[in-house]
Amino acid sequence: MALNQEFVGRSFPPSPVYQVGREKIREFASAIGDSNPVFHDPAAAAALGYADIIAPPTFAIIVSLQAVTGVAHDPALGLDYSRVVHGDQRFVYARPICAGDELVVTATIESARTVAGNDMLSARADVATTAGEHVVTTYSTIVARAAEEAGA
Amino acid sequence: MIPAFADIEVGFELPAQQFAITRADLVRYCGASGDFNVIHWNERVATSVGLPDVIAHGMFTMAEAVRVVTDWLGDPGALVDYGCRFTRPVVVPDDDRGALLSVTAKVTEKRDDNTVLITISASSDDSTVLGKAQAVVRLP
Repeated sequence: MALNQEFVGRSFPPSPVYQVGREKIREFASAIGDSNPVFHDPAAAAALGYADIIAPPTFAIIVSLQAVTGVAHDPALGLDYSRVVHGDQRFVYARPICAGDELVVTATIESARTVAGNDMLSARADVATTAGEHVVTTYSTIVARAAEEAGA
Repeated sequence: MIPAFADIEVGFELPAQQFAITRADLVRYCGASGDFNVIHWNERVATSVGLPDVIAHGMFTMAEAVRVVTDWLGDPGALVDYGCRFTRPVVVPDDDRGALLSVTAKVTEKRDDNTVLITISASSDDSTVLGKAQAVVRLP
């Protein structure tokens, strides 16, 4: 099924504010088994010059993918979300996400294409503080794999 | 201490690491990340959409792989760019051992702006699972 090309280039209104909590960072770091003290201990983070504990590099996905998957679920796009896997992912950091940050995400659909029956949606998410400071930009491609009966 | 730019040469190998990934880890990651895609915890649904079994979140694999870089750095804030393709899924069987992810990384380029390019290799069950996995770090 071809993706709706009208989505390409579309930007979406900034997300609701995401308040980065210390315990959420600790929960995420623990879930990936990462005991680096800078993710858990404010004193260790302060020793490296941070205002509070910082988040592991891939924490940004929590904030950004929500904005992207919101779009992916839009029936008008034509993506079969039941067959979706993550195709690629990139983060470009201005600085680490830090506990206490208030973040907003602006998502933009960069491409929607079909390759060998697989629908591929690429989106950029610009993550900034409510004060307008750029923190990280994420680039994500999600892929709805072709159904077997389509001959993939 | 963050490694000094002057001390690092192209070809330098970061300490390799291995990570065990069990079904329990995936369930925990679902909760922590908010990604509850059923293919990461339900074998019936995973196989019904053509997957061999439950697979790890690509983002979970990506999170583990970069620990080779951030553990070496000490300060994860020195990471300025990190990306990869999810070329093969990490299949996580329903047993107590789960899957084993092996990660190596080496410096493949030194740049003028005190950054170095690190190429990461991640494999599970003798297959490479991440493609073009690269990190850029800024060193003092």
